[in-house]
Amino acid sequence: MSTAVAEVEVVEKKSEPLFSKKSRKLISNPLDIDNPITVQVLGVCSALAVTTQMKPAIVMTIALTIVTASSNVIISLLRNTIPSRIRIIVQLAIVSLWVILVDQLLKAYSYDLWKQLSVYVGLIITNCIVMGRLEAFAMGNKPGPALLDGIGNGLGYGLILLIVGFFREILGGGSIFGFKIFEAMGLHYQGNGLMLLPAGACFIVGIVIWVQRSLNGYRESH
Amino acid sequence: MNFLRNQLDKVKHSFEKGGKLEKYFYAYEALETFLFAPNTTNGEKGSQIRDAIDLKRLMMTVIVAMIPCLLFGIWNVGHQHFLAIGQPDAALGDKILIGSLQVIPIIVVSYGVGLGIEFVFAILRKHPINEGFLVTGMLIPLVMPPGIPLWQVGVATAFAVIIGKEAFGGTGMNVVNIALTARAFLYFAYPTDMSGSVWTYLGDAKAVAAYSGATPLSLGADAATSGANVVASLNSFGAGWNEGVFTLSNLFIGLRPGSIGETSTLMCLIGAFILIATGVGSWKIIVSVFGGAYAMGLLLNLLGGNAYMEMPAHYHLVIGGLAFGAVFMATDPVTASHTETGKWFYGLLIGMLTVLIRVFNPAYPEGIMLAILLMNIFAPLIDYFVVGANKKRRLQRATV
Repeated sequence: MSTAVAEVEVVEKKSEPLFSKKSRKLISNPLDIDNPITVQVLGVCSALAVTTQMKPAIVMTIALTIVTASSNVIISLLRNTIPSRIRIIVQLAIVSLWVILVDQLLKAYSYDLWKQLSVYVGLIITNCIVMGRLEAFAMGNKPGPALLDGIGNGLGYGLILLIVGFFREILGGGSIFGFKIFEAMGLHYQGNGLMLLPAGACFIVGIVIWVQRSLNGYRESH
Repeated sequence: MNFLRNQLDKVKHSFEKGGKLEKYFYAYEALETFLFAPNTTNGEKGSQIRDAIDLKRLMMTVIVAMIPCLLFGIWNVGHQHFLAIGQPDAALGDKILIGSLQVIPIIVVSYGVGLGIEFVFAILRKHPINEGFLVTGMLIPLVMPPGIPLWQVGVATAFAVIIGKEAFGGTGMNVVNIALTARAFLYFAYPTDMSGSVWTYLGDAKAVAAYSGATPLSLGADAATSGANVVASLNSFGAGWNEGVFTLSNLFIGLRPGSIGETSTLMCLIGAFILIATGVGSWKIIVSVFGGAYAMGLLLNLLGGNAYMEMPAHYHLVIGGLAFGAVFMATDPVTASHTETGKWFYGLLIGMLTVLIRVFNPAYPEGIMLAILLMNIFAPLIDYFVVGANKKRRLQRATV
């Protein structure tokens, strides 16, 4: 997977106000025109794995947002001191620090979810979104914008996860957040087994990409 | 007829450019060209058309080739129904009635949903409505079990047309066979309605005590573990309610439970004859699918190992849906290999994979669906190598 994403040039002249137009773009772009999953096509593996239900999808979103944002800030602070030849391993060390923290927190406070997410929290270390943002943004920008960029990309990832999770849970099992919505309405719903397979997530991600691109007219440049 | 023509002419102006229903022109056009021969034809000079066959006639030929399978399927649904409920002497008319009541609604739903989606996409994308769905709409019912809930047929058809075809750009652009996409969708989405004892339509009636919903494929899979002789268990199956249902001749003629159109190898061969005689289907693909399955069966016979592997190779050609898949699915000109040499490899691999999946994968008793879908994906690769080899051969010959 390529990490070659459009770098946002932030000229280091005067300090930007925290919520200037440019800063707001850092949050809003990843939600739509620069979405990590549907446009950059990163982090798809975990998007297929944790979206059979809404709840793990939300927890995964929070975990990834925390990791991306905090690693972005730390790498951004260190960006001028990291020798470029060993930057990947330095980035990995910092990412794994945050992943272990999140992992332990989850284990301590919501053990069931931790079990459900299993290896996927640990695999955030190798998640392309985290590494991609560190390489493409944090290595060249100040901590403030880096923080916003990390949060933005975490939320962009989460948005798709929630959409996919919503459709997989409601089509696959007829429930939302574990609440059997069709049975509550007195209807019988026969679960769609395809949606519980990773292939079902592939179809939904594909449809989301289809809808998104026909709405915003995005075309891949060659 | 004049009445229809007049009605069409009356509303025509509102669909033409500038009319208030301009957006729906292609829906109107489709209806008009369906009912009447179009009045726009090529001039006498300058056209490169060498044959009168167009997409519409091509599709209609395939449908004609499927009619034997369909009619036999309708009768067979009723026939198996009465055998299972213990009334083997039911009248021919009753059998056809029961069969029609089951099969025709499935066909109506399949065409209704599929053509509806085609209309919507044609209007959205502003292109004439293609005839591509005519064959698919008939293939889908023929590969469904007779008792399938109608809403599932609708959902599967919608999924197959939208994801399998329109997402790739419409008729002629699809990568995998659309009818098989619909079947694969149901197979993975609602496995309880697509496998097990669903191959005989029982309705509200109660089956006789001796009735069993096993199929030749499941008997074969059982034999692989129990070690019983497959031919012996096929021949003795059905004692008490449907004597000799799985004998070789019965399997060939198709007097057995199964998907609506797939049971009869004989009817599929009649269809194959029509397709080959009219030049619509590729005989190379049909022959090589059968050949590949037979060769793989022979190879497994030689290897031995378990009772299923030792089943005589020719049985593989008449059980399951191999014949139907080979004749109507594998020959789909859009998704098959396009090079003539490639067609041999494509067909051979379908046949071999079918038998491999049948014998070695107990989770998927029938392999033809997955084998064709898999080879649909690989068909462009086969073509790539065939073209590459051809280029290499000609370069060697060239003297520059």
